[in-house]
Amino acid sequence: MKTSSFTTLALSFLLAGFNHAAELLNVSYDPTREFYAEFNEAFAAHWKAKTGEAVKIKQSHGGSGKQARSVIDGLKADVVTLALSGDIDVIADKANLLPQDWQAKLPNNSSPYTSTIVFVVRKGNPKGVKDWSDLVKPGIKVITPNPKTSGGARWNYLAAWAYASRKAGGDLAKTKEFIRSLYQNVPVLDTGARGSTTTFAQRGIGDVFLSWENEAHLIEKEFPGTTEIVIPSISILAEPPVAVVEKNAKKHGTEALAKAYLGFLYTPEAQNIAGKHFYRPRDKAALAKWSQNFPKINLVTIAEFGGWAKAQSTHFASGGTFDEIYRK
Amino acid sequence: MSKRRVIPGFGLSLGFTVIYLSLLILIPLAALFLKAAGVGWRGWLELLTNERVLAAAKLTFGASACAAALSTVTGLLVTWVLVRYRFPGRRLMDAMIDLPFALPTAVAGITLTAIYAPNGWIGAYLDRIGIKAAYSPLGIFLALTFIGFPFVVRTMQPVLEDFTRDTEEAAATLGAGRWTTFRRVVLPALMPALITGFTLAFARAIGEYGSVIFISGNLPYKTEILPLLIVSKLEEFNVPAAAVIASGMLIISFALLFCINLLQRWLNWQPR
Repeated sequence: MKTSSFTTLALSFLLAGFNHAAELLNVSYDPTREFYAEFNEAFAAHWKAKTGEAVKIKQSHGGSGKQARSVIDGLKADVVTLALSGDIDVIADKANLLPQDWQAKLPNNSSPYTSTIVFVVRKGNPKGVKDWSDLVKPGIKVITPNPKTSGGARWNYLAAWAYASRKAGGDLAKTKEFIRSLYQNVPVLDTGARGSTTTFAQRGIGDVFLSWENEAHLIEKEFPGTTEIVIPSISILAEPPVAVVEKNAKKHGTEALAKAYLGFLYTPEAQNIAGKHFYRPRDKAALAKWSQNFPKINLVTIAEFGGWAKAQSTHFASGGTFDEIYRK
Repeated sequence: MSKRRVIPGFGLSLGFTVIYLSLLILIPLAALFLKAAGVGWRGWLELLTNERVLAAAKLTFGASACAAALSTVTGLLVTWVLVRYRFPGRRLMDAMIDLPFALPTAVAGITLTAIYAPNGWIGAYLDRIGIKAAYSPLGIFLALTFIGFPFVVRTMQPVLEDFTRDTEEAAATLGAGRWTTFRRVVLPALMPALITGFTLAFARAIGEYGSVIFISGNLPYKTEILPLLIVSKLEEFNVPAAAVIASGMLIISFALLFCINLLQRWLNWQPR
């Protein structure tokens, strides 16, 4: 038994030596599982045709903030594809694994696709939820993950803030009050977007689920005929960015591969896959092809909050507005 | 040290023990306290008197104590049945007790949530009579009872096996009724094991994270446990704050365990 497993091990090393399949680790956030599963196959085929080299791509998924933390703590990611640029900034700041100007390295702020936040309600919309103002009504239960750990939850929070701030005419106290009443209607704070999906769709908790647009469509696919998507009057343009973790890639000798991998995200083929998985493609042709899935929404951008670094420290750091609204 | 011991090599084995305990327990704990010391006394005071931390502490220690108490009572009953009676399926039941030990806690948490959620098998009935099980402190209590239960049974079992029926019969011949026999003869003999079982279940529950985060709603001030608060601090890259809360938790746990040990000793010295 023991000898045979040793032999297998030795053999596999030998084979690895001959075959030299390049390996790439993509550390991503929660709802991208299905998209990257298909994209990786397409890229592997493309790479094989172009260079003759086989490539094996490993994926890791979890709450975006948590994933950033794992990379800082030593998870050997070659590329990161996270939910918001703030999380990649932290990797650049705390671990120096990539340069500060990483976001300028690829087109469109290094975000090959965009997404937004929509509402998911029960079939027939029994509570008549139409817009953010309905979420603070008594008796409405709202499901959203914890913004401290989840990237999607931070977009949710900021989208709600954008609405509240407009409604209050920019009055800070009134805005906070709105957000406070919204979170008082939240019965469960999961640590990641996927956890919240389970809570809402599988456990049947809550009337409204604040969700990534692609995750909302995924629920419709997985639990057909049980939910509906509601488009609020205003939402936020989420630009999930991608970057090569340069120091790690250098160490693994995968720089060229990692670069090509992320570059491939911008090709028409990959843009089409993104559209298919309900990410809004940057490519005009792909966007046109899947346009029936992407209704026009009035979107604010992170620039309204002064960029991610500012948004993070104002809202989500210790003592930020999120901590404040929970204080009694 | 000239006295001959049964097991030779006292020096060697003590050396091993000291090194092993240092590597395994003392050094990591020292690192934790060192990290926590970085914030200074004021930082400690501020963090540990923070309302949210206090609410989480109350919930963690309270739910753990309640869960351990329930496990102690039910554990005594179950052990009694397993030890004193012979019936078909007894061995299977005996083996089942260990399941919570072996099951990954996350699996336990997800399973319990599925069952006790408002659309779950049991949760649906509870929901109808207005009891919220999952996503409430009650859910946390359930999860902690689940993971703590085997500790009580496994500490009670050998003691109860040694405590044969003769003693009870002797008490009966001396004119003691059932209740008196239980209260004056059985219970005092089992008390040390019961307390140990309670302590183990309690200590295990305080540190439990994996199962609880699934079944509790993780809401600040309401269903947030201390270990989750520590993890959130880590997610904010606030390692010193996490270390302070962890150290505070350790100190309180240690003090509680110390008191329980004292009680144990005092009980052992009591004339029966």
